[in-house]
Amino acid sequence: MTPTEVEPTTIRQEANGTPLLRPLTINAAAEALPSTEAPALSVRDLQAWYGSFQALKGINIQIAPRQITALIGPSGCGKSTFLRCLNRMHEVIPGARATGEVLFEGQSIYAPGINPVLIRRHIGMVFQKANPFPTKSIFENVASGLRIQGAPKAMIAERVERSLHQAALWDEVKDKLHQPATSLSGGQQQRLCLARAVAVEPEIVLMDEPASALDPIATLKIEELMMQLKQHYTIIVVTHNMQQAARVSDTTGVFMVRPDRAGELVEVGPTRQIFTNPQDSRTEAYITGRIG
Amino acid sequence: MAIQAQPLTEGKPIRDLRRGPANFQTRRVRSNVMLGLVYVAVAATLIPLLAVLTWVFVQGLPALNVDFFTKLPGPADDPHQGVANSIVGTVQLLGIASLISVPLGVGAGIYIAEFGGSRYNTLLRFATDVLSGVPSITIGVFVYALVVLPMRSFSMLAGGIALALVMLPILIRTTEEMLRLVPGAVREAALALGAPMWKTIMRYALPAALPGIVTGGLLAMARAAGETAPLLFTALGNNQWNTGITQPVDALTLKVFFYAGQPYEIWRRESWGGAVVLTLMILITSILARLATRRRAGR
Repeated sequence: MTPTEVEPTTIRQEANGTPLLRPLTINAAAEALPSTEAPALSVRDLQAWYGSFQALKGINIQIAPRQITALIGPSGCGKSTFLRCLNRMHEVIPGARATGEVLFEGQSIYAPGINPVLIRRHIGMVFQKANPFPTKSIFENVASGLRIQGAPKAMIAERVERSLHQAALWDEVKDKLHQPATSLSGGQQQRLCLARAVAVEPEIVLMDEPASALDPIATLKIEELMMQLKQHYTIIVVTHNMQQAARVSDTTGVFMVRPDRAGELVEVGPTRQIFTNPQDSRTEAYITGRIG
Repeated sequence: MAIQAQPLTEGKPIRDLRRGPANFQTRRVRSNVMLGLVYVAVAATLIPLLAVLTWVFVQGLPALNVDFFTKLPGPADDPHQGVANSIVGTVQLLGIASLISVPLGVGAGIYIAEFGGSRYNTLLRFATDVLSGVPSITIGVFVYALVVLPMRSFSMLAGGIALALVMLPILIRTTEEMLRLVPGAVREAALALGAPMWKTIMRYALPAALPGIVTGGLLAMARAAGETAPLLFTALGNNQWNTGITQPVDALTLKVFFYAGQPYEIWRRESWGGAVVLTLMILITSILARLATRRRAGR
């Protein structure tokens, strides 16, 4: 238990407004932000279960706005579960539940009476495997979030185009917007899913290993997109790929499996620090390839 | 050919690769006998099917002419008669049956596939299986008691309800199975965009399952089109154009049934003709259903 006690201290300092998180890759938009800006999400004592199996124990983390936060760790350590807890997609799985506090714009998304459907409209998600709607066209895929949320018709075409531009997909699909989404390649489908997620202008975009099923070139495209998107969105990305975390993220959180098989967050900090001077011995072991 | 690289020793007997070991011949014979039995089984299944189809067409095709499709039934000595009212009646009955069973069946299928606890669903699935196993004559008697007696009249409505009960279990099962085939990723994608459960199902899961559900619907209609027993106590049958949903109505199966037992040549011929038309209707529906599925598989 001792190593975990280190980390709430870190968090508390952040909560007091002393920014510990120093972005590695500084872009203009991020630097222009006041350093005291409130966290986009702040997670306190999050626990998650699948039936009677506890998958996550006592997670505490603050997510800086308009930055990329990478979550790394060995398989089965609960990073994906944690990500899904952040927009209440975890509970969609039968038997799955979560408790704790996830503060989003001042209120906990797990407070009684909060409608998960509304949470997901502000906290979007991109999945590991591209999952465009197979029965819908390219255009309709990007428009679907807008239609679900009842956006005015006049706004949809413009938003779709802008989202496809943001996902660097417009030039490739502008002549075949009404063809089925399944006609695109795997990498294009994943960018389509990204366009679909940003079309509704969420505050936060959660990405669950968005590039793990893609080839290196498509992966590079996704990473470039993430760097651009962070000007407007807070991005939390789960990745198996430590190089990817080092390349794109400003902050890195390291998950580990406890002896009782539950996952915990052992360390969180600026990406450069995590990769060059980790504070936790398990982080160091993982980074250097001794575990995981 | 690595074996050849090893030197064959002088004393080793040369293997008999023609006749094999001692019991090899009997084993070969037994294998061929078994294979033959399987062929016989295939033939035994196909011959009756082909025989029925051939016989129905040989006997029934000559009965088909313009009168058959356009004229009402007539007395046994009238050569210019037909079963137009039965054909229309069958279509009407199927229409009513579909109007009732499609919304109910698809709705129940959605419930079982998307909602409901696992224990409750086991019960529902069992109930569906029982319903599909209920003898069709029982359905007829049941609807007689439920609809015909209170209305004090045989009617198209009663016949439609009886056929709806025949279609219902098929629709429930196909809807459930087709929805289960839709990947969970589709539902997750919609939920993550902030779609409520019902929108997720109606706008994203159901359209993906639709071709399969349409196929199931067509097959259910084909099954209902061939039912006679549920109509005996409900639609009853008659020889006129039907005059309304609360009046008795004729169906092809009823005509085939009643005419087949008649001593008059013309009516027996009409019966064969009815059998051909029914068979063709079911054949065409099945082919349509296959085409719908194949187009989906091609995607």
